Amino acid sequence: MAEKSFVGEIIRGIIKDNPVFVLVLGLCPTLAVTTSFANGLGMSLAFAFVMLGSNIFVSAIRKITPPGVRIPVFLLIICTFVTMVDMLLEAYLPPMYEALGIFVPLIVVNCIVIGRAEAYANRNPVLPSIADAIGISIGYMLVLLLIGSIRELFGTGKLQLVMLMSGAEGIKFYNIGNPLTIPIDPAVMMITPPGAFLTIGTLMLLFKIIGDRKRIRQLRKEGVEL
Amino acid sequence: MMDIVTPGYMPHEALFPIVVDAMFTKNFLLVMFLGLCSFVGLTTNSETSKGMSMAVTFVMTMSAILTWPIFYYLLKPNHLMFLQTICFILVIASFVQLVEFIIHRYSPPLYRSLGIYLPLISTNCAVLGVVLLNVKEDFSYGASIVYAFGAGLGYSWVMLATAAVREKLIMRGVDLFNGFIGAFFAAMMMALIVVSYFSVVKL
Repeated sequence: MAEKSFVGEIIRGIIKDNPVFVLVLGLCPTLAVTTSFANGLGMSLAFAFVMLGSNIFVSAIRKITPPGVRIPVFLLIICTFVTMVDMLLEAYLPPMYEALGIFVPLIVVNCIVIGRAEAYANRNPVLPSIADAIGISIGYMLVLLLIGSIRELFGTGKLQLVMLMSGAEGIKFYNIGNPLTIPIDPAVMMITPPGAFLTIGTLMLLFKIIGDRKRIRQLRKEGVEL
Repeated sequence: MMDIVTPGYMPHEALFPIVVDAMFTKNFLLVMFLGLCSFVGLTTNSETSKGMSMAVTFVMTMSAILTWPIFYYLLKPNHLMFLQTICFILVIASFVQLVEFIIHRYSPPLYRSLGIYLPLISTNCAVLGVVLLNVKEDFSYGASIVYAFGAGLGYSWVMLATAAVREKLIMRGVDLFNGFIGAFFAAMMMALIVVSYFSVVKL
């Protein structure tokens, strides 16, 4: 396995096969737990653990898995890792466990994990499957962090985790009196459910417009009259 | 997260608040964000979403009926609560498979309208979600069945309404909002209605 294609697999998972914006899978946790940056981070780390474990095991036993019962086998493997991460979170990070709620056990039925097991890990050796898992996990994490930080920033006016890490004021947008900030109250609607739909709808619209522009430019370059 | 939206804690045995809770204030698609994959994928026409809604409501109610005794008579006395996820998913998947066999054998018309959606349901997070929530909220047997049925009804009205909106959009040829982007904006408006109405009018 060459170094370049391992990295290539990872990058493919982040951009070309981005789980949320390209494959439109795994939407439930994407919208439900992204009320803040920290929750998005916790969810994506739990997801990455399950994704990596499931991809490694599915691809390791792919030659002895009977094709007829492969879906139950995948489910059992995924379930094992989900139960592990559930118990670990409950023991070591109780606040995060409370915040994520039933969405940790629901990683079992996350379409991304089953989808990658079926479409990739079941057909490829272990090393490319690890690369695929890492790429998909990073892609998922970036989306969760993006949506989480947008919603937290507009909904509460600050980013809690950034403040904790820097130990200073953090990023504040809604600070009345400071000419560099926007002098309005935070829009609480952004951390309620409609805000989630608004954020992901707007982001998808944005990506679609960018993609359409790119395609038109490509066609112009090839000399197609539009 | 839910504190902002939901108007207080419901007494467990009052069934009417549980139904309204499941259908509107804690609607599975709009507020709890469960089952969104089928929401995005299947609301392109109303026939499909009708079939899917019926199938989901049926499987949700039946899995609530099946899993409650398993949790309280098998797992809890033996302190095997950590096995709940794996146990529930196996019960749901085998039940769905069984139903598919039965209606395929005995009722071909029903199979044609409902059967093609059944395989999609065993990995639908709304079904596993309702079962896990029943356990988490400590519902009694009756309350858990009512809650599951209400959640199914809530899922159904949102699916049908969104399918209507999307069909209209496609007919009008609003091309930028076709596809799932339109579904998200329709869902946003409905979520806004549900959340705002029930935060003003207390149950």
